[in-house]
Amino acid sequence: MEFDFSDDQKQLKDQARRFLEAKSSPKSVRVILEGPEPYDKALWKGLAEMGFMGTAIPEEFGGLGATYLELCVIAEELGRAVAPVPFASSIFLAAEFILAAGTREQKEKYLPKLASGELIGCMALSEGVANASPKSIQASVAGGKLTGTKIPVLDGNAADFAVVVARTSAGNDARGISLVIVDLKGAGVTRTDVETIDPTRKQATITFAGAAAEPLGAAGEGWNILQNVLDRAAILTGFEQLGGSDRALEMARDYALDRMAFGRPIGSFQAVKHMLADMYVSATLARSNCYYGAWALSTNAAELGEAAATTRVSATQAYQHCSKNNIQVHGGMGFTWEFDCHLFYRRSNLLALSLGSLSIWEDKLIDRLRAKNAA
Amino acid sequence: MNFDDTPQEAEFRKSVRSWLDANAPKQFEKGLKTSGFGHTALEGVDVMKASKDWQRKKYEAGWACLHWPKEYGGRGATPIERVIWQQEEGVYAALSSLFIIGHGMCGPTMMVYASEEHKKKYLPPLAAGENIWCQLFSEPAGGSDLAGLRTKAEKDGDDWVINGQKIWTSGAHYSDYGILITRTDPTVPKHKGLTMFFLDMKSPGIEIRPIKQVNGQSGFNEVYFTDVRIPDHQRLGKVGDGWAVSLTTLMNERLSIGAGMPTGFPELLDFCTTLETGDGPAIDDRNVRSKLATWAVRTSGLKYTAFRSISALSKGETPGPENSIGKLVAGPTMQEIAMFALDLQGEAGALLNPDQAAAKARFQAMLLRSPATRVEGGTDEILRNIIAERVLGLPADIRVDKSVPFNQIPTKGR
Ligand SMILES: Cc1cc2nc3c(=O)[nH]c(=O)nc-3n(C[C@H](O)[C@H](O)[C@H](O)COP(=O)(O)OP(=O)(O)OC[C@H]3O[C@@H](n4cnc5c(N)ncnc54)[C@H](O)[C@@H]3O)c2cc1C
Repeated sequence: MEFDFSDDQKQLKDQARRFLEAKSSPKSVRVILEGPEPYDKALWKGLAEMGFMGTAIPEEFGGLGATYLELCVIAEELGRAVAPVPFASSIFLAAEFILAAGTREQKEKYLPKLASGELIGCMALSEGVANASPKSIQASVAGGKLTGTKIPVLDGNAADFAVVVARTSAGNDARGISLVIVDLKGAGVTRTDVETIDPTRKQATITFAGAAAEPLGAAGEGWNILQNVLDRAAILTGFEQLGGSDRALEMARDYALDRMAFGRPIGSFQAVKHMLADMYVSATLARSNCYYGAWALSTNAAELGEAAATTRVSATQAYQHCSKNNIQVHGGMGFTWEFDCHLFYRRSNLLALSLGSLSIWEDKLIDRLRAKNAA
Repeated sequence: MNFDDTPQEAEFRKSVRSWLDANAPKQFEKGLKTSGFGHTALEGVDVMKASKDWQRKKYEAGWACLHWPKEYGGRGATPIERVIWQQEEGVYAALSSLFIIGHGMCGPTMMVYASEEHKKKYLPPLAAGENIWCQLFSEPAGGSDLAGLRTKAEKDGDDWVINGQKIWTSGAHYSDYGILITRTDPTVPKHKGLTMFFLDMKSPGIEIRPIKQVNGQSGFNEVYFTDVRIPDHQRLGKVGDGWAVSLTTLMNERLSIGAGMPTGFPELLDFCTTLETGDGPAIDDRNVRSKLATWAVRTSGLKYTAFRSISALSKGETPGPENSIGKLVAGPTMQEIAMFALDLQGEAGALLNPDQAAAKARFQAMLLRSPATRVEGGTDEILRNIIAERVLGLPADIRVDKSVPFNQIPTKGR
């Protein structure tokens, strides 16, 4: 059994870490947090030069054609660095949508530019308060034109195009849902920044008023394709969450060793030690579940759905747990804008929502375990 | 990233399977599967005899204590082969519970500290299941704080004379031998005055009193020592080195990671799938699902953590303190699962008779056994301390008694 990353993959991880430590320091994350820029363009360019975006994109479409395992270790490092870039939107979602459902022409048109970072894609799904469901999708396509409003769209202002989940036939069931690609710089598209809990990954509201819509995948297949891509993205995002969990735990540990109270380091108080031990437990369970997800993703295993939901629930819980207790260990300092704890707190809570809430994934997990049990 | 065996491992697994196929006591398979949690019961069968028979059969074919050297009754197998055996033995491993302490802790301690003659004499019958061993460590005054123990050993000629009391000794009532930690010098700080021995449990002066547990059974005992004599050649390690010897024993607990700790989740999932509530099966309820999901990911997290440890093991790495998380997660999870399963049963959740209670009272048995999992072999709090100190590198707890001579430590008169 070799239930671990290979030495080469670990080396890639180290390389990504060193790169991100230099190029995505908390200081540069704060530039995006506090400023108007939709993402860190210099970092994006650097990531492209490293070839990271093209990691799992096949060579024939301009990628490196490595495995998803390589993409997983990069995802972990992006999460650790709370990188303020639309990597997940463009690579875990847009590229995956096109790989899953695109025609050869579409793959040739989009993938090489996604791989080189020249184009940025995103997913436009949510239409306001509530988890997206076939019923909640009101945006509709008629005669190749898209009409409707999506809010919020993660990286909606950074992206060049969106994969939009829209209705192509009346009613409210899943069979009326299709995917379309929309050029966000084209006519009939209005984008506005929205304020969110995590400004280091900007979000937008996008209004489509008869925007040109290019079909992606067969009409009526949109909901199915979406589920599949969300599963894959959940595993990759799980690694981002894992990287963030580990970093938050490390910060808390380091601070506990450094901060003195009552004549001793706070890390010598059992209440603090045990809080940290519990964070370690969450992060360790999440790591093991993420590895299961990575295995399923890289082998296209029959267990992919179950592994994705497992990864998602575990990594979401771990990141939220570690990031909130990181603030707790830091005391008043943890609540300041100046300390970095909130970067992780924000990101953990954004990622907990970005592919659908925890309860949705809990539901999926139980459905899938039940189906497996019945088989 | 794969779960595949290497060719050698696959070969080994094949031979394990074919031997088990031909030799496993299949007549007990069903009974072992449905046996109440924390207690192996087989209708109309003497479990002790069935266990000893199975152990003897394994021993004769070279499948007992796989990781021990051959000359002491083992197979000289690699750690990963031992894991493969554990995975394959599956449900029949329940028949080995009588031997866990002997094979997992006493034997390995003997291996390091006993004389060659003693190893040759005592280890093969231990491997063969002929002898059962127990671990006489905990005392009324020394549980988590094991080094607070008071049982005295005093030199008298070539013997040591033991007086004092042990408690919580699992299986003392049916054990043939035990390893015993004692205080030989109360005038030095507590970790320094300890000495380890092994002894015959039939020695004159030993009195064993079973203790009734929360679940009504009596797996553990009080053991009283009155002028019990142990020859000096049965000392394990140097006089005053008992603490270091005990750490060898406790460290060996960690090596048994292969099987993974049960949480009760698969049983709960089955139960929720079949249990009819007002509006269909329990599993259709949102609230139920959310709880199930949390326990599902903990259980799977433990499973894949064990797989990661196994992978490290197969690369020749030694398991470390990070393996403490197994019991720390499994114990509380099992307790939560038991309480929730009873909650789903309404007032009938209180029923304990397997003929009346749901799922043959499996969850009630779990409820009444799970508190012990959180205490035995290191409490949840001690495990958190181990993770905090040994994995995360946080400072040790402040110990007011560490460098004080043992006989000057305050006792509250007890
Ligand atoms: C089913 C069962 C079988 C057992 N079998 C054996 C056996 O075969 N041989 C044997 O030698 N022993 C055996 N034990 C004993 C077991 O190892 C001890 O019960 C255990 O180590 C706890 O010690 P204690 O009972 O004295 O509790 P205490 O140490 O008194 O603990 C009481 C409470 O205080 C907490 N506490 C203690 N110290 C600290 C600390 N430093 N920091 C934070 N919290 C602390 C504990 O976590 C616990 O919650 C068995 C126990 C059980 C339940």
